[in-house]
Amino acid sequence: MSLVPPPPDAVVVARGLTKRFGERTVVCGIDLTIPRGGCFGLLGPNGAGKTTTLRMILGQSPMSGGTLSVLGLPMPAAIREIHARTGVVPQSDNQDPDFTVVENLRMYARYFGLRPAQVAGRIDELLGFLELSDRRDALMRELSGGMKRRLSIARALINDPEFIMLDEPTTGLDPQVRHLIWTRLRKLKTSGKTLLLTTHYMDEAERLCDQLVVIDRGRIVTQGSPRGLIEQHVEPHVIEVQGEAGSVVPVLGNIPGARLLTVGETHYCYASELGPVLARLETVPQLRYTHRTANLEDVFLKLTGHELRE
Amino acid sequence: MANMGLVLPRPQVSALKIWQRNLLVWRKLLGPSMAFSFGEPVIYLLGLGYGLGQFIGEVGGIPYFTFLAAGLLAASAMNVASFEGMFSVFTRMTHQQTYDAILATPLTVDDIVAGEMLWCATKSLLNTLPILVVAFLLGAIRDWSALGAIPVFFLVGLCFAGPALVMAALAASYDFFNYYTTLLVTPMFIFSGVFYPVATLPAVAQVVVNILPLSHAIALIRPLVAGQPLVDPVLHITVLVVYASLGYAAASVFIRRRLIR
Repeated sequence: MSLVPPPPDAVVVARGLTKRFGERTVVCGIDLTIPRGGCFGLLGPNGAGKTTTLRMILGQSPMSGGTLSVLGLPMPAAIREIHARTGVVPQSDNQDPDFTVVENLRMYARYFGLRPAQVAGRIDELLGFLELSDRRDALMRELSGGMKRRLSIARALINDPEFIMLDEPTTGLDPQVRHLIWTRLRKLKTSGKTLLLTTHYMDEAERLCDQLVVIDRGRIVTQGSPRGLIEQHVEPHVIEVQGEAGSVVPVLGNIPGARLLTVGETHYCYASELGPVLARLETVPQLRYTHRTANLEDVFLKLTGHELRE
Repeated sequence: MANMGLVLPRPQVSALKIWQRNLLVWRKLLGPSMAFSFGEPVIYLLGLGYGLGQFIGEVGGIPYFTFLAAGLLAASAMNVASFEGMFSVFTRMTHQQTYDAILATPLTVDDIVAGEMLWCATKSLLNTLPILVVAFLLGAIRDWSALGAIPVFFLVGLCFAGPALVMAALAASYDFFNYYTTLLVTPMFIFSGVFYPVATLPAVAQVVVNILPLSHAIALIRPLVAGQPLVDPVLHITVLVVYASLGYAAASVFIRRRLIR
């Protein structure tokens, strides 16, 4: 339990948030404070408890223990009011296949008690914002994956929410669409919205998140800003080498001030000083390597291990 | 929160948004929807009504054609609500994830269940009404009191919606609905007095049939269509209302368990 009181305008305050399915505990009493404004990231490998945490914050999964307030209101007691002020982009697109793009938005607005006449202008605006204006009368089967995802984002904004939850918003999309979505999410941030994002793309988290937590096996492993976490957990230099362990480990293992991590056939050598590593690499000129600065993926691999998760 | 499934349902007026969504989709898919719920009863009416009608003449003072038409109207109301409550609700719950999308808005599970029940009943009315028109055009309707059967179609739909929603909540796939259809819907269709009076069945069978709701639906619709006085209307309406209420309570519990995990 943290003893520091959360800021009074925090968007989410969770204390001891717990979820059990029978004997299995999926979320083990986590404390979470999401400040107002900016983008907050929830990172972790598959099965870490990200989606369950998100579902609890949304009130779609009852808590097994702990307390939770969202937008200053108690969850689940004030679920209708919280939802009225929240937008959700789900992991898989779930628009109505029988409706066109604009009909989907109109119907979704009705769920918030907004009449079509009230939201006509807003729908035009949102379609423009997500570059879907020319698809307004298209059916869902006529949309590409990227268009459907953009429609999910437009739909999540129909009630002009203060708080937007996005569950893996760019999974499975091509680079162009991902960049478009990132640009739009940054715009939402600057307009004062609070974003909560889950992702397994570390580049996405690094680009968008101001603060993030890494969770694994239902527990918070670390939290901070992307830059702060990289500085705290990883040496500044990373040398990446592809190849069989037998040919790489003897070369890069046991360098003073450096640490070697092997994931499949990729070997990451983390070093505070570059010199000793390059000196060792020069002894084996046939070994191809790349040198880069440390990033969030390195933090993630260090903290959550490198074995495969299902 | 261990008793999540057993709290009293608290739907709000916003449940009507679910009803409205389904009505808008129904309008788009009017053709196939009508062909399904309208085609079969009309074929029964023409085939059996004209065919058997020649041999049977009258049943209990009612021409067989009229007798059969009344039974088919009740059966249609049952079938429409049952199939909407099972197949369509299951599709919205699983493949389309419609409810997941709706549960991110101010609407709750209680609204979904209430909205779907009202919708199933409305669809029973909407899809059974054309059969009443056809029966009228073919001369099966004996009196204007037949208009009084229209709200009964709604009540019958409400009565069969609850159990169908429970089935949808329990189903792992569409095949699961075969149990309910084969064990309950089809036997009711055959034994509850659609084709012949329940009184011709053995006494034990009559007891079973009178516990099930379809015979009560027919007992209300048949005199209205034939222009005869209603017998025990309060009893029959009460049975249908009790089924609708119990069905709603059970559907609330089971749909909640399925959606809120």
